[in-house]
Amino acid sequence: MRRAVIAFTAFLGGLIFLLAVPAQAAAPDQGLRGTLKLQGQPVNGVKIVVTTEGGQPVKEVTSNAQGAWEVPVDKPGKYKVTLDVKTLPPNAVIRGGNAVRTPTVFSGNVSTVLFALQPKGAAGQPTAEEGGETSPFLDQAAQLTFEGLNLGLIIALAALGLSLIYGTTGLTNFAHGELVTMGALLAYMFNVGFGLHLIPAAVIAVIAGGALGYLQDRLFWGQLRRRGTGTIAMMIISIGVALFLRYVFLILFGGQNESFAQYTAQPGIEIGPISAAPKNFVAMGIELAVLVIVGVALLRTRTGKAARAVADNPALAASSGINVDRVIRIIWTTGGAIAALAGIMLGLSQNLKYTMGQDILLLIFAGVTLGGLGTAFGALVGSLVVGLFIQVSTLWVPPELKSVGALAVLIIVLLFRPQGILGRRERIG
Amino acid sequence: MDWITIISTTVKSAIGVETVLYALAAIGINIHFGYTGLLNFGQAAFMGVAGYGLAVTVTVLNLPFWIGIAVGLIAAVLLALLLGAPTLRLRADYLAIVTIAAAEIVRLVFRSVKFKEVFGGSDGQRGFSDGFYALNPFPEGEYGIGWFTFSHRLLWIMLVGWVLVAISCGIVYLLMRSPWGRVLKAIREDEDAVRSLGKNVFSYKMQSLILGGVIGSLGGFVYGLAYASVQPDVFGTETTFFAYTIVILGGAARVLGPVVGSMIFWVLLVLVNGVLSEAVQAGYIPFMTSIQVGPVRYILVGLGLILLLIFRPQGIFGDKREIAFDVR
Amino acid sequence: MSAETTAANTVSERKAAALAAFKDLARDPGVPKPDPILVVDGVVRRFGGLTAVEVDHVEIQRGSITALIGPNGAGKTTFFNQLTGFDTADAGKWTFNGNNMSGVPAHRVARAGMVRTFQLTKALSRLTVMENMRLGAQHQRGENFWRALVPGSWRAQEDAITEQAEDLLARFKLDAKREDFAGSLSGGQRKLLEMARALMVKPELVMLDEPMAGVNPALTQSLLGHVKDLRDQGMTVLFVEHDMDMVRDISDWVIVMAQGAIIAEGPPDTIMSDSRVIDAYLGAHHDAPLSDSELQEQLHQAEAALEAEIEEETQK
Repeated sequence: MRRAVIAFTAFLGGLIFLLAVPAQAAAPDQGLRGTLKLQGQPVNGVKIVVTTEGGQPVKEVTSNAQGAWEVPVDKPGKYKVTLDVKTLPPNAVIRGGNAVRTPTVFSGNVSTVLFALQPKGAAGQPTAEEGGETSPFLDQAAQLTFEGLNLGLIIALAALGLSLIYGTTGLTNFAHGELVTMGALLAYMFNVGFGLHLIPAAVIAVIAGGALGYLQDRLFWGQLRRRGTGTIAMMIISIGVALFLRYVFLILFGGQNESFAQYTAQPGIEIGPISAAPKNFVAMGIELAVLVIVGVALLRTRTGKAARAVADNPALAASSGINVDRVIRIIWTTGGAIAALAGIMLGLSQNLKYTMGQDILLLIFAGVTLGGLGTAFGALVGSLVVGLFIQVSTLWVPPELKSVGALAVLIIVLLFRPQGILGRRERIG
Repeated sequence: MDWITIISTTVKSAIGVETVLYALAAIGINIHFGYTGLLNFGQAAFMGVAGYGLAVTVTVLNLPFWIGIAVGLIAAVLLALLLGAPTLRLRADYLAIVTIAAAEIVRLVFRSVKFKEVFGGSDGQRGFSDGFYALNPFPEGEYGIGWFTFSHRLLWIMLVGWVLVAISCGIVYLLMRSPWGRVLKAIREDEDAVRSLGKNVFSYKMQSLILGGVIGSLGGFVYGLAYASVQPDVFGTETTFFAYTIVILGGAARVLGPVVGSMIFWVLLVLVNGVLSEAVQAGYIPFMTSIQVGPVRYILVGLGLILLLIFRPQGIFGDKREIAFDVR
Repeated sequence: MSAETTAANTVSERKAAALAAFKDLARDPGVPKPDPILVVDGVVRRFGGLTAVEVDHVEIQRGSITALIGPNGAGKTTFFNQLTGFDTADAGKWTFNGNNMSGVPAHRVARAGMVRTFQLTKALSRLTVMENMRLGAQHQRGENFWRALVPGSWRAQEDAITEQAEDLLARFKLDAKREDFAGSLSGGQRKLLEMARALMVKPELVMLDEPMAGVNPALTQSLLGHVKDLRDQGMTVLFVEHDMDMVRDISDWVIVMAQGAIIAEGPPDTIMSDSRVIDAYLGAHHDAPLSDSELQEQLHQAEAALEAEIEEETQK
């Protein structure tokens, strides 16, 4: 056991040398910053003018390739930040139309200034009224449904692994989010660090994710299981693993947002009321294909059936000749690989960050729990519901609170159907 | 390297504000997890609603300090009722997921732009602690010997904090030797058995959730008053996990476990942090920069949690036979 | 000496009284009893499409030992769970001492005087044997949060409870273990502890779910003795059991369940010769050896039933 822990730690330490990405330089003492994005895509070259409250000019900057801008200021106080609307891309407008913000900067703090951008013609803002024949509300609903499916599929990928691992080993893995992050960061390392094109980099990262899943079970979780560690203890151990990995990522990767070298700022294409970058359609196709393949494998292949048998009753499965350890190892490998894929897809549609996995972990849990803990197909359905709900709810809820709605729904569903949508109840006594 | 600074900050941290507030949070978790077997992963939310209850009452509503404390306590009780009602009848892992989700909801609402007028967005609220420091019996100045000194403000909040810790420990001590505590421990072992003996398990779990939440919320007050501000991200899930680490470090289901755990936890963290940053500044560790020192503490906590649960689940001073949760 | 003889006399009286009550009863399922403590009507529990319990009517005679037997999967434990509030029935009503008990939560059922044990023993492992016992006592002042903070308010009652627990522990020969963790006891001792703990509730009806399961044969005689004792002290016992020898030895009346329904009742010495019971236990063809095709047929039926069950479970 002791050896296993050392091996696992050493392996994680080895990552330090693998992920040779320089850390970010220190931020100024105080200042203003922000990131401009249009439908998740960074917006480059937008002019931002910062003046003091009295109108004294401080600095003019333009947003960089990540859409980010930053203005350090000498002293705390109120500032006026103006976005030059003329420098926006022709298809973009500021939500609400107001191009001036007056944030307060506190000593030692960097204040974030929000300019929410949206495509010209979208609902909820003046230019839409001149717009089109169809109802802008329905257009937006269709767009959000599409985005919801996109997010739901990513969550589903991660949730499937989490659910299978829970089903077969009883582990509620709080470190699953970090497997997602790890996939994305590995792809980033091969892509940006070693200069590979994103597609081979992603393939390598997925394979590496699978290998890491295998090793994790081989060297760590499997050993704990053999020791008879209780499920609650394992759950808390997984929290330790999550903390550990997350901050190793922070040291290696830094605290900033990054994006892959390819496919970052694609011009959108329009299909009916939906406009999105082509990569989103491709990504959704890949996600759907992987989910179908894994689903069919669970239903049709020997290993898949064995996995479901183990999830149902490990002791019975073992006594009927199934090699439970082998099945669990395959589950971990698959789970690690599809979690890595989920991370890459997430990095493609949003940004890469050391907390990206942690940020969607609760949504993954929500998906898994909604579907019923431990049921693989429940996890799929639950995740799609969560993804859709999050995006579509922004029709009524401010986007910053969209996760709140999804988590609240999780709690409410548990009130009325504790076993989840597709779960089953346990017998007592 | 400046060993005096390292040693003085380390020694001070053994009784400092962080130790106090995490001890309070951990005493609450010990009641939930150690004695009742409830996996409350939302302790940070209890601290948050208390801190914000006080802050908003004083700064936004312009009401006196004491009413702010009352609002914070009521908010903690309400949160417990709200969290407990749907989840206390469910399996343990569901409670874990729901409480962590609820804590995130609370944090996201606190930091949202939508409610910036009330909660102050990601900057939080400040300027609500004057009423508390007006009660300070210590005249202005520094107290202590040599480098072991505290300002009058710090001394006041530490005094109040440690009194709260002592009272909380006293309550836990009395309760856990009583028939009430016996029911809690029995629920941890097997709630169906307890039900079959005519005890209303749901009610006891709820009482446990409220008590632990309220004691945890005292930690939120201590934070808000000591730093004269509250920010939403202070009350994130990592705060809860720190408190869990502390409970396990000191030994779950032991009255003084969380207090001892918190002291050891912060002494170790501050020591490592001090030595590392001094060493990095002095150039002894060439491959690290000073901003990488911060994350190291989280890595240590994570590693510590893993190693503790594997090798000493009973905590540093615990007795292996009395481990309060199912490990082996 | 004389006290013991009177005790022995009352013992035989109780047994005789119980037997007299059952003397002229019909052997039909749901037959009315002269003085029922528990009356059950139309209890149904379905899991998906599978009907686990469907009991039309049954009565349990006060002051008797009634055995509930049946083949595996007959729904005995599920029925127990319905009656004691551990699971909610889809339909049905039952009364205990004339009070409605359907839909009443488990802890209220226990408080009303209907206490159960579990098939898989639920000893509270990290509590001592004595703490396990004390937990069973009802109306404890110290179980209120505020009074718990004032030891003086519950100390006296706690002493009384301890005394009562010590008596019971002595009776169950567990007094030497009183300060040991319950987790350190053997399987049989845990069964004894669970039974003793149930008695701390001072129940009128004790419901034992397979009290002999997993108990070492040396202990079964003593367990049997304890079960008989319960009746002799005026309690009613309803217990689930597989082992027919055990049932024959201690029960006054036997109720047989199969496929969720009650199919027969009767005194223990004759119930096993009832054709309905034999069919239920051994299948309709018990007297003739099965032909290959019949075996195949049975296998197919079983598989189909199993698949249907899985199907319904996953569709839920």
